[in-house]
Parts: sequence; C-alpha cells; structure tokens
Amino acid sequence: MLAIKGLNQFYGESHILWDISLEAREGSCLCLLGRNGVGKTTLLKTIMGLLPARSGVIAFRGQDLTRRPASDRARLGIGYVPQGREIFPLLSVEENLRVGLRRGAEIPPAIFELFPVLKSMLHRRGGDLSGGQQQQLAIGRALALEPRLLILDEPTEGIQPNIVREIGEIIRRLNREAGIGVLLVEQKLAFARRVAESFCLMDKGRVVTSGAIEALSQEMVAQHLSV
Amino acid sequence: MSLRGIFSPGPLPPAHLTRRRDFWLSIMGIMLLAGVLMGVERLAGGYWVHMTCLAAIYLVLAASYNLVNGVTGQFSLAPNAFVACGAYVTSLLTLTPAEKALSFILEPLVWPLSVIHLPLGLALIIAGLVTAVMAFGMGFTVFRVRGDYLAIVTLGLGEVIRVVANNAQSVTNGPLGLKGITYLTHNLWWTWGLAVAALFVLTRLAKSSYGLALKAIREDEGAAESMGINVFWHKMLAFTTDAFLEGMAGGLLAHLITTISPSLFTFFLTFNLLIIIVVGGLGSMTGAACAALLITFGGEWLRVVEEPMNILGLSIPGIPGMRMVIFSLLLMACMLFMRRGLMGKSEFSWRWLLACLSRRRGRP
Repeated sequence: MLAIKGLNQFYGESHILWDISLEAREGSCLCLLGRNGVGKTTLLKTIMGLLPARSGVIAFRGQDLTRRPASDRARLGIGYVPQGREIFPLLSVEENLRVGLRRGAEIPPAIFELFPVLKSMLHRRGGDLSGGQQQQLAIGRALALEPRLLILDEPTEGIQPNIVREIGEIIRRLNREAGIGVLLVEQKLAFARRVAESFCLMDKGRVVTSGAIEALSQEMVAQHLSV
Repeated sequence: MSLRGIFSPGPLPPAHLTRRRDFWLSIMGIMLLAGVLMGVERLAGGYWVHMTCLAAIYLVLAASYNLVNGVTGQFSLAPNAFVACGAYVTSLLTLTPAEKALSFILEPLVWPLSVIHLPLGLALIIAGLVTAVMAFGMGFTVFRVRGDYLAIVTLGLGEVIRVVANNAQSVTNGPLGLKGITYLTHNLWWTWGLAVAALFVLTRLAKSSYGLALKAIREDEGAAESMGINVFWHKMLAFTTDAFLEGMAGGLLAHLITTISPSLFTFFLTFNLLIIIVVGGLGSMTGAACAALLITFGGEWLRVVEEPMNILGLSIPGIPGMRMVIFSLLLMACMLFMRRGLMGKSEFSWRWLLACLSRRRGRP
C-alpha cells in the first residue's frame, strides 16, 4: 500500500535519511524502531509531506505522492497523528474532529465507538482534555478522514498504562476490522511486539534491518536500540 | 409563537426554532440600528454624523483585519496598503474628469482613468476587487514566510504601497493627493450598510467549515495540513476577503474625509486597527466590532480631559494631547487585566444575551 524507495532527506546540508526503502501493507501494523535522533519522525513527516523529500519515491496505493502537498496526501487516505499529539487546543473536541471534513459531512460514528470518552466531551476544548484523552482525540481526528493508512508517532508517550493498552487494542481492531494499515513509531518494545506484525529498525538515518516482529532478536535490540 | 417562547432562553430549543428566533432578533437589531442612525441623521450635528460614519468604517476595517490576524492567526501588518488602494481606486473612479484635471496639475492623469466617471456603488465594488487582486498577488510572497517574518514582509509591502502612491504622480497625484472627493449626503447609510453586510459575511465565514479550517491553521499549521486542509489557499482566502472589504471601506473613508494623500495611509492606521482587534479579542468578529465603536467614540469622549477643569477649587489648564496619554493608560490597563480582550475568542449570540437578561430579571 505504501512503498518508499531510495528516500533521501536533508536538513540544510546535513544528510538525515539515507536511501530509505520500506513497505507498509494494508490491514497490518509496521513498527518503526530506533534510538532517539535516528530520523524516525523525520521519515514520518516526509511520508506525510510536511517535509519535502530531496530524492526517492513515495508511492501510496499505486500513486506517486513524492511531490504532492500534505493536504493531498491526507485526502488520498494517509492519516497522521504527530508526536506530542498536536491537537487544536482552543477548538472544541467536535471542531477538532470536524476540521478535515467536507461541508455537511458527519463525523464517522465509528470514532465514538472506538473512543466513547470523546462523545461525552464533545463541547470541551481540546486543550482542556487530559493527555490520554488528547491522544485519543488525535487518533480520532486522523480517523475522521477515513484513512487507509494511519501513521502514529509515539502514541504511548506519557500515557497511563490502561490507555496504552486501549490504544494497542484499537490499533489491532483498525488492522483487523477496518483493514487500515498502521505505521507506528514506538519506543516501548513490549508494546511494539504486542501490536505490530512487522518491524523496521533504523540507525543513523538508515534502515538496518526489517522483517516480521517475531524475528526481532535480542542482538538486534542490543546493537541498535539499547543505549 | 408566543413572546415567552422567544424571550426565555431556558433549555436549548430545537435548532430550527433557535434559528428562526435568532433571525427575527437579528432583523429587530438591524431595525433598531436603522432607528438610531435615523435619529443621528435628523437630530445630531454634522460632527456626530461624521463620527458615526467613521466608527462604521473602523468596524469594517477591524472586523476584516481580524479575519487574517485573529481567526487565521497570520500576523499581517498590511491593512494600510489595502485601505490606501481602495481609497485611491474609488476616488479615481468617482471624481469627474473635470475635477481630476483640476487636481492633477504637475502631471496629467493617465488615460483611461482621466475620463472614467462611475457611480459610487460600482466604484466601491471595483475598488474591493482591485484590492483583492492586489492582495492575491501579494499573498504569493507573503505566505512563503510565517510569524514575525510575515509581519515584517507585510509591513514592508504596506510601506511600498505608500511610497508608490507618493511617487506615481500620474496616477495618484503624488504627495498632493486627491481633493474634492464628493461628501455623500447619505454617508451614514453607505457606511453602516457596508458594516452590517461585512459583519454578516465575516461571522458566517468564521462559523463555516472554511472558518474552522482557518482556526485550525491558527492553532497548528502542520496539523491542519495533515488534516487535508490546503493551508496556503485558505490563508489566501482570508487575505483576499480581508483586502476586498478593506478596499471597500477605504473607498468610503475617502468619501467621508473628501481629501486623501499618501500620508494618511501610514503604519499608524494599521497600528490603530491592531489595537482595536486586540482590545476586542483576537479572533472575535463581534469583539472587533464592539472595540471599533468603543475606541472611535471613547477617543472622542476623552476630549473632555483636554479642556480646562476645575476640581475642588483647583483649576487645571487644558493640556493638549492629554487624551492620548489617558487612552494609552486605559489600553495598558486593558492588556493587564483583560488579556484576552473584551470578548476573547467568543462571538456575540442572541442566546448569550437572552441568558444574561433573564439572569438579571431573575435577581431579587
């Protein structure tokens, strides 16, 4: 569904991503692993179009997205939940969910089914919600556009354990029941092992290894993840 | 429908009833405004008519400026450019060829402007469109940058327009400006007509799905973009709508003060508008409207302090300029104690007013 080939990204003159190639499949969860600063968030932002790619190809469901703006990518079916949530703090929960919708379109009821808490807080301001609720709102907001691929950047960061479990369960349901692909960046290894089907390990801006999540060995973790 | 049904806010009535109630209340509000304007026209002197017109023009300028600065969160400092453009275009179109020939003594006015003579309504619309086109062109440069940089670029563009007006002798008559612009007999109705129309359009826009997208851009551009909002074109929409309305208001301003020159459209005009929208509450259209009225009339009312006074046998001579000192102090107090302005980000609604009234009535 999402195929990236030979992607290179620079901040000014410093080379951040080196020849990245990876593939995310429909109805499956791919977890991007790596230490801080290896370029995971940069890669997600480049996929979303928030940063322009210097070279390489980003294809989504057979369409070349490399030069398309982020708004087009969102309309074509990529949902993005940024790191630190970045909900619209002064807009109400309802407005947050409506932002991307066309005029007169309704918020998909499935969102409230996945996150019942949002239904009861519809008129609260986004900024007044707790961290966990904001994370649910951020995911709900991305789902409002009914994406085929959901990109989650560290969705469990600073969230209490029961909501982390809930988010894990929701990712699996999105995979299984809605066939939505998930591209996940995660630092919590246990969480990644529980929800992802495949992994992609990054180090110093390169993909060093990838495969089924069961193949993620202790040596790989020791070499590329532990500090 | 019983009056009680209209006037008691109580629990929220069905949406279509609320809409109908708000519609009729709005009609009543407009009729009340018309009554007040008629009163001002008949009973008050020319000075008060002038001030009331000026307040309406400031209302349009502030409310439309608020669309860019308050709702979309783009710190633009370009309104003086838009007002100047609107004022010049309208004046050049409504002045008769003979009047133009009389004004342009150093260099003749270029053809076809020298022969065109249009009625005011048409001239205002053309002025709005020309200003909007100018803003559209400017937008491509302006929206390459954000935040403080955007402020500097727009400040620069505002200054460019003023300098152009100063030097394009054969179009603007340079520093001599344009004189003898007709003072309208029905100025009150023109200015307040535009004010009501602008406020209607702007509040509708702010409430629509476009308005929501603009607010999302204000909150977080990256997140808005990844929600499928084309940030650039939405900013353009706000910027050109602002320019269209400010251009029209500029045209009416020219017809109110009857003489325009580049020195009228300096940064201070923008600065005044900025004060108004901050006092009104960045992001609130009705807040901007209230603040426009408050500051235009309040500024006049403060003239009292410049007159010689006698307090407890102590006679204080009138100090010219004292008004601005007090005005600044009041603004500072406003910023210290009401940081979010008069209205914050909320808008006036009939429901809110009714709730306030019924609370007051319910008090023993």
